[in-house]
Order: sequence, then C-alpha cells, then structure tokens
Amino acid sequence: MSRNQKRTIWTTVIVVLAMAGGVLAMTAARTTTGLDDTIPQPKLGAVKGVEVATLTAPPHVPPPITRKHATTVKVELEVIEKVMKLANGVEYEFWTFGGTVPGSFIRIREGDVVEFVLRNHHSSKVPHNIDLHAVTGQGGGAEATMVLPGEDAGMTFRALQPGLYVYHCAMAPVPMHIANGMYGLILVEPAEGLPAVDHEFYVMQGDFYTKGRHGEPGLQAFDYQKLYDEKPDYVLFNGAVGAMTGDNAPEVKAGETVRLFVGNGGPNLSSSFHAIGEIFDVVRMEGGSLINRNVQTTMIPAGGSTIVEFRADVPSTVLLVDHAISRVFNKGALAAIRVVGDEQPLVFQEHKRHQTAD
Amino acid sequence: MKHRWLLLALLPFPLAMPASGSGRPAPELVRIEGGTFRPLYAQPGETVVSVAPFLLDARPVTRAEFESFVREHPRWQRGRAPALFVSAGYLHDWASPTAAGSAVDRELPVTDVSWFAARAYCAARAARLPTTNEWEFAARADERRPDAASGSGFRQRALELALGRRPEPAGRGFQDVRGVFALHGGVMEWVSDFQSIFAGSDSRVTSRRDRNMTCAAGATTSGDSGDYAAFLRYAYRATVEGRTTTGTMGFRCARSAS
Repeated sequence: MSRNQKRTIWTTVIVVLAMAGGVLAMTAARTTTGLDDTIPQPKLGAVKGVEVATLTAPPHVPPPITRKHATTVKVELEVIEKVMKLANGVEYEFWTFGGTVPGSFIRIREGDVVEFVLRNHHSSKVPHNIDLHAVTGQGGGAEATMVLPGEDAGMTFRALQPGLYVYHCAMAPVPMHIANGMYGLILVEPAEGLPAVDHEFYVMQGDFYTKGRHGEPGLQAFDYQKLYDEKPDYVLFNGAVGAMTGDNAPEVKAGETVRLFVGNGGPNLSSSFHAIGEIFDVVRMEGGSLINRNVQTTMIPAGGSTIVEFRADVPSTVLLVDHAISRVFNKGALAAIRVVGDEQPLVFQEHKRHQTAD
Repeated sequence: MKHRWLLLALLPFPLAMPASGSGRPAPELVRIEGGTFRPLYAQPGETVVSVAPFLLDARPVTRAEFESFVREHPRWQRGRAPALFVSAGYLHDWASPTAAGSAVDRELPVTDVSWFAARAYCAARAARLPTTNEWEFAARADERRPDAASGSGFRQRALELALGRRPEPAGRGFQDVRGVFALHGGVMEWVSDFQSIFAGSDSRVTSRRDRNMTCAAGATTSGDSGDYAAFLRYAYRATVEGRTTTGTMGFRCARSAS
C-alpha cells in the first residue's frame, strides 16, 4: 500500500469518525434540550371571578375579551333538532347546537376554566354529545356529555392553548350527526388578545346529503348512501344557500379591517377557502399561532379552521367561496361581504368597454 | 357503577313477579326462527352470533296493558316504585298512578318506563325481555324478507323510519314479513342486556363511557358500519341506565322457543 493510499484511508476514517461524532453530538443535544423546550408550558395564571359566556349565532362573533386575567366561564349549550330552510323551497331537519347551523360561537381566553353544560332538548329523538377540539381530556368531552332527550351533563375544562377550534357532536353514527349540522367554533383568545379590527364575522362550511338532488323542493330526508360515498348535494356556508348573500351579506366600509373566523365542519370535504376580489393580508394558519401573509386561497381541513384578516380596500362585493369551484356553481358554497364607500381609483378602476371591430 | 349493579342483585326487593293474568289478552307471540348474523357490536372475539329460535310479541306493550299490571302490582305504580328502579319521569303523563289516560292513549305503546319495570312486567307474564341480539336479529326483516338489513334500500328506509320515530297505536305502523309490528319507526325498546353488550374485562365498560359510541365507533364494530339505524339504536342503549325513563322508550316481551 502506498503512502498516498494510506493517507487517503486515514483521511476517510477521520472524516467518518468526525461525522459520526457530529451526529452523536446532535443527538445528544436533541435529548438534552429536548422537544419539550419547544412547547411552551400553558400559562395557567390565577383564575379570578366568574362570568357567563356570551354566545352568538352566525355570522356574529362575541366581543373581544378585554380582561387581563383568566376567569371561570359558564357555558351552556342546548341541542335542538329542528326543521329549517336549506335553500329556497327546500327544508331539512337539522340537528343544532343552540338552534343554528353552525352552532353558537363560544369565545373564551387562554387559561380560563370553563364550566360546560350540554342540554338535549326534550323534543329531540336521539342522544347527543359534544367533542370540543379546545378540550384536553377524554374525547374532548364526548363521553362526559352524552345526554338523552331532556337530560343535561357537563364537565369542567381548562383552556390550555390559544386557537380557533371546531366543536362537533361525536355520537354514533358520527358522520350523520355532523352532516345534520352539529358543529361550531370555540375561540380561545391568546392571553395577549388579538389585534383590534373593525369587524369580526363567523363563517363555517359544511357538506349536506339529501335524498332529492340539489334544489329538489320540499322537506328533504338525509341520504345515507350519498354520505357514505362522500357525494354531497349541498356545500354551504352557514347552513343554507344564501345564508350570507344578498340582504344577508354583512356590510362594511371601504378602508375598514375585517377578521373572519372560518371553520369547516365537513363531515367529509376539505375547503379551498378563497375571497374573490380580495387578498388575505393575514392568515392565522389552521386557526393556530403561525401567521402567513398575502394569501389567495387557504386550505381548511374538515374538522379544522382558519382565521383570515384583510382590509376591505375598495367598494365591491367580496365573495367567499370554496375554490373547488363546482361547489360554488352547483352546490351553494357562496357567502358575501358588501364593501361600501368611495371608489379608490388608485387601487382599482374599470375601463370603458369598447367594441373591437375588424 | 358496577358496584351499584352488584348492590341491586343483593336487594331483597323481588324484581321478578309470579306469573298472573294481566286482565287483557297478551299480544300474539310470533315465532322467530333462529339463525346467525353479524351484529353491529359483538362480544370481544366474536363476529357472527347465533340466535336460537324464540317467540317475540307482535307489538310493543300498550299503556292499557301496563295499567292492568300496575293495578295488580301496586309496588310498580308511579309514586310507589322505588327511585332506585325508576327515574323521576316514570309514567309521568298518566292521568293517575292507576289510569293510563284516554281511550286513544291506552292503545299507544307504554313509554316512560324503566328497564326494571319492563323486566318485572314481562316476568309477570312468564316471559322476559328479548336480548339485544334477538331484537336486532328480528329487526333485520322487511315486508318480504326475513333478512333485508344488508341492502342499502332497506337501510335508508330503516333510517328514515328511525328519524320519524313516534309511538304508533298497537298494531299499526311498519309490519314485517313475520307479522311483527313497529320494530322500525315506533318507540325505542328495552332489551334485557342493554348495558352488557359492550362488556369486556374492564369494569369501566358498564358505565356510559367506553362503549365505542363516539368517533371511532364505525371502526370498532364487527357488523356493517353503514347500518346507521342500528347505530342510532345502539347509541341510545349506550346512553340509558336501568332506571332511565323517556318518552320514546317502551318495550315488548319475548320467550325462548323451547
């Protein structure tokens, strides 16, 4: 073996050893610093006082929380099975949390102790329960809150982590309970609060499965086979075609800021959430703490959420859609926000139309 | 919870009554030939279960029939039945503890009865409550076939009947090929083992928890996870306790065929 060859071998050995050492050092570092250090401990400060949560029906959101400490919050939600409008001339027997689809919006603060009671109205036909994704504990509360018609049950939980969380019924057959409208949102505001905006709205997508095809009039029964096949007849924002369009569309002024708390109840479809004629200035991705900016379309998984914020720059009708676009054209996935005010020609102006004759 | 059941077993209070006439002819008993099927939930390790031939009431027990029973067995009258065995709503809409109401009401299935009361009634007729597997096996029939439950058409119908559930007067409503009324679309019905169907080695399973009735339900069944009407029934049974009384829960009796 030549001196050169020996040198090459030794060099190789040294390099390999150095690399192995590096890997070992990294491994050691990882075990000593640990994953735990990247997960902040929940801020379980002192809990002062008791209050009753203000619940709102969509598209409204309870006012921001101004207190600087955690408190004990009482939340009571009632399950009501009721026939409501699904589209013009089409009715459906919805199962609801609080009488609306989506269910009542719940707003609490990080660190709060929530005394939660679920009631099942005595006129209901089946037992229900609730799984709140904001709950750390068995089934998100599903087992603790199983209630027959005319019963109530409850639990106490600590809001450990901030975020926008979905809640839903988790009683068998779960897909059917969700397909009948049993979902809503609970916002756990971070201790430091969210930046002030001019308007906040509550929007939630869901897919619906009716025995008749889209638009077929009358009281429509739930269709088990279409649910099983994941082929909905309706994909809706806030539980009905037109729930948030036309006269039902909220109005804001040009130049104002808007925050949307958006959920997707599913049960089956993910949402390609998009605002036609606007760009999201801020997206709090998946309803969590990561902020993305300048976003056109953001994914909302079934059983997930997002918080989007934008300045309504110009007067227009901002259309909210699931950009899986057949759902807009054929299945009802459309909501709107009307922006009124003075034209902003520096941002947008229409040109006159001309005929281009040969 | 488990301890409460043990305690009940030790009580001197007789749950089973001696057979006696209830004042009215008992409903016709229909013979259900035995067979095997895959229940939605089976005991651990089981997938297919066998059901021996048995006799099943052709319709649920009516308020009039239950009225005769409580007149003969005053300890089961509203106000007398111990709170251990009946919840507060027991027979709450009766005109009096011994009067089931109007002529129309009297032909409706009795509801707002606890499992204990239903069990005592059947024992007084020298019968018993059907088991979950017997009840579910019988409910697989439609008007033409004794086993229609795996067809998607019948599954959708059974689901719609379940969602339109209401007390039907005796001898009305859905009637299957064997002549049995209202297994679908009528009231929910007590079964003898409503709380043991989820039994395992863990004592927690006799509580309302851990009965596989929440999100993972479909994944843990042995039967057809597309049978939503059955899911609704199992979920209901998983939510009740022996003393529960509700306006949609009645019962019918059964007997072994041998």
